Amino acid sequence: MSKKRTIVIFGATSSIAQATARLLAQEGAHIVLVARNAERLEMVSNDLAVRGASQVDKWVADLSNTEDHAELIAAITKSVGRADIALIAYGMLGDQHRAEKDFTHANDIVQTNFASAVSLLHAISDWFVASCTGTIVVLSSVAGDRGRQSNYVYGAAKAGLTVFLQGLRNRLFRQGVRVITIKPGMVDTPMTSHLRKGLLSTKPHRIAQGIVTAIEKKRHTVYLPGFWRPIMFVIRHIPEIIFKRLKL
Amino acid sequence: MSTETYNSWGRYFNYSHRVVPVYWTDDTLFTQAESEKLSVLPFGYGRSYGDLCLNDHGILLVTNNLDRLRTFDRENGILQCEAGVSLETILNFSVPRGWFLPVTPGTKFVTVGGAIANDVHGKNHHKSGTFGRYVKRFELVRSDGKPIICSAEQHSDLFRATIGGLGLTGLITWAEIQLKPITSSLIDCETIRFANLEEFFHLSETSDKEFEYTVAWIDCLATRDSLGRGIFIRGNHLHCTPPRYTTDSNSLSLTIPCNAPEFLLNSLSIKLFNAFYYHRQRRKQVRRHQHYGAFFYPLDKIGAWNRLYGKRGFFQYQLVLPNSHARAIRLILETVADSRLPASLAVLKQFGDIEASGLMSFPIPGITLSLDFANYGQKTFELFQQLDAVVVEHGGRIYPAKDAQMSAQIFQQSYPAWREFKDFVDPLFSSSFWRRVTPSP
Ligand SMILES: Cc1cc2nc3c(=O)[nH]c(=O)nc-3n(C[C@H](O)[C@H](O)[C@H](O)COP(=O)(O)OP(=O)(O)OC[C@H]3O[C@@H](n4cnc5c(N)ncnc54)[C@H](O)[C@@H]3O)c2cc1C
Ligand SMILES: NC(=O)c1ccc[n+]([C@@H]2O[C@H](COP(=O)([O-])OP(=O)(O)OC[C@H]3O[C@@H](n4cnc5c(N)ncnc54)[C@H](OP(=O)(O)O)[C@@H]3O)[C@@H](O)[C@H]2O)c1
Repeated sequence: MSKKRTIVIFGATSSIAQATARLLAQEGAHIVLVARNAERLEMVSNDLAVRGASQVDKWVADLSNTEDHAELIAAITKSVGRADIALIAYGMLGDQHRAEKDFTHANDIVQTNFASAVSLLHAISDWFVASCTGTIVVLSSVAGDRGRQSNYVYGAAKAGLTVFLQGLRNRLFRQGVRVITIKPGMVDTPMTSHLRKGLLSTKPHRIAQGIVTAIEKKRHTVYLPGFWRPIMFVIRHIPEIIFKRLKL
Repeated sequence: MSTETYNSWGRYFNYSHRVVPVYWTDDTLFTQAESEKLSVLPFGYGRSYGDLCLNDHGILLVTNNLDRLRTFDRENGILQCEAGVSLETILNFSVPRGWFLPVTPGTKFVTVGGAIANDVHGKNHHKSGTFGRYVKRFELVRSDGKPIICSAEQHSDLFRATIGGLGLTGLITWAEIQLKPITSSLIDCETIRFANLEEFFHLSETSDKEFEYTVAWIDCLATRDSLGRGIFIRGNHLHCTPPRYTTDSNSLSLTIPCNAPEFLLNSLSIKLFNAFYYHRQRRKQVRRHQHYGAFFYPLDKIGAWNRLYGKRGFFQYQLVLPNSHARAIRLILETVADSRLPASLAVLKQFGDIEASGLMSFPIPGITLSLDFANYGQKTFELFQQLDAVVVEHGGRIYPAKDAQMSAQIFQQSYPAWREFKDFVDPLFSSSFWRRVTPSP
């Protein structure tokens, strides 16, 4: 049997993260969970342990607090040694209308989805580069492919994240560390529970399967489900002169 | 909170609901209900046929995301899981570890919460009783306070009211279930053709001692001397040393993509199907080893088969008659034959004497019959009302999980415990079913 993989998940209470962790638990992986809500972290951890994870570790941290990142990663490194996969899954959609009026809220959206990820990803990169292996998987979004009136603050933060990941991938490539950008479309999770689900909405376990495949196949940018790639291609190529008039 | 149309398995009722998805056992559940003065009802996988899992213009607490396992005692087969975990998830997890569901309905696409709330039964009722007997404890969240742990020892009255409690006593967030050991994923089963009702009663009596699982399919279009002819199915878990567990080779193979046209299921096609099914088995008795999936869940192989009945939907009518009046099944079958409405599926099963664990559980010692009917409009309801009268006259009752029409009077007469039960109903909880069978004066 191949060696058990170790995966570290940031934002472990996210629905997409849980579904992904279950797939790895079934193969007996060692799973390290980081989340800010201790009770829910416990529930996720129990689930994964029962489903077959060989070991589950729990770390409680609010990942928006960038000043804690270095210490957090140092502690995790000390505890697990090296890891095969890091999954960055935390994020917030926020409320676009509120963000237009209230900069604190807009700033939260940017901080959570983009700025804090910059800090965290650099700390993780240093850790992974030290062993010259590993895959860093990050949940960005199709929302970052083009700004739309309905969620452009969130979209801009995700766009920033996507570009950041391109650069990071480029930088880490020669050092043997892979970076995978995941761009899900609408997924049925707490983040979107207040929104009406259209035909294109997907369940988290499908996204999870896509993530595991992307890791196996060593992909760099993945739309999930795959049909979002042609859809976003079209959306990206609508001339701005037309796009600005659309109600999206 | 979004507003969406939800229907149940029969697809006859299409009600608009406010939807509150439940993601965590510690979610706050009642904020909207209190501010908007609406009632709430838990909703599992909506595998109930009628309006039991619906709450017209109220709130549905949708539980399918409460899908975490909590603890598993490998030695003793005790699983603690959240209430939205499906029986399918449990089987996928437990069978390779040598454990099986103590009781299972005819589909694995139901949640643990739904299985408790209807105190479901299976082909082993005569040996094992209902699902509720294997529930060791659960957590119940009511609108008026802290979560309560209920078991036979703790809050035992609420425990008994919640098993078979139709989702009205509060939200079950997690439950602990006793599984049973197996050494193989196969069932050693036999199918036997029988020519009429008398032969059924005889087969059932002799089989129920030696076989853990028994059930009969009936050709409900046969009349007179052949009335009640069918195929008897009986089986036991196969014993293997060393244990051997395999996955079902033919899992979901087909999904019905949209509503079928109404003419698809007409009396001719139903007649042909029933005759074919009866005569397909050439020898009187056939024995084979079948995967548990094929044995327990043949219909699960066709996704959304309820669409075959078209957009008007369909009904299942399930009754039980006490042993003392078991022979009145003949009267029921004759009433159906006289109505000339073709039942597309009919299943007969002898219930055992084990007392159900819930105050409102459906099973009583006796014989149960379920009949599927397409929606033929008013005639269908007229037939059901005729049947209701026969059932109640003979001391029987109708299964709420399947019901779409029984009157308040029929319900209250056949479930006298409802008076005691109503004191356990959470004041914030209600359902379309409950309002129908206990209308406020
Ligand atoms: C093909 C098929 C075969 C079947 N065979 C059988 C059979 O052999 N035997 C049998 O007994 N039944 C059988 N049934 C019926 C089915 O087992 C029951 O209706 C079951 O309760 C459905 O579970 P669900 O999770 O879909 O619940 P739903 O139908 O969504 O809800 C059922 C009830 O449970 C309540 N509920 C759901 N979750 C919770 C919770 N967390 N806390 C409190 N209340 C809750 C709801 O409010 C509702 O009152 C069959 C159904 C189908 C479609
Ligand atoms: N759902 C979609 O449609 C969709 C589409 C595209 C991309 N995505 C992205 O996918 C990722 C996962 O989201 P999801 O859909 O799985 O939604 P989710 O279940 O709501 O998960 C979001 C998670 O982020 C966590 N989180 C937020 N801020 C945090 C912080 N400061 N520190 C620690 N954890 C924090 C939340 O923790 P709490 O439980 O403590 O709140 C929650 O677990 C997100 O990055 C999201 O942007 C989602």
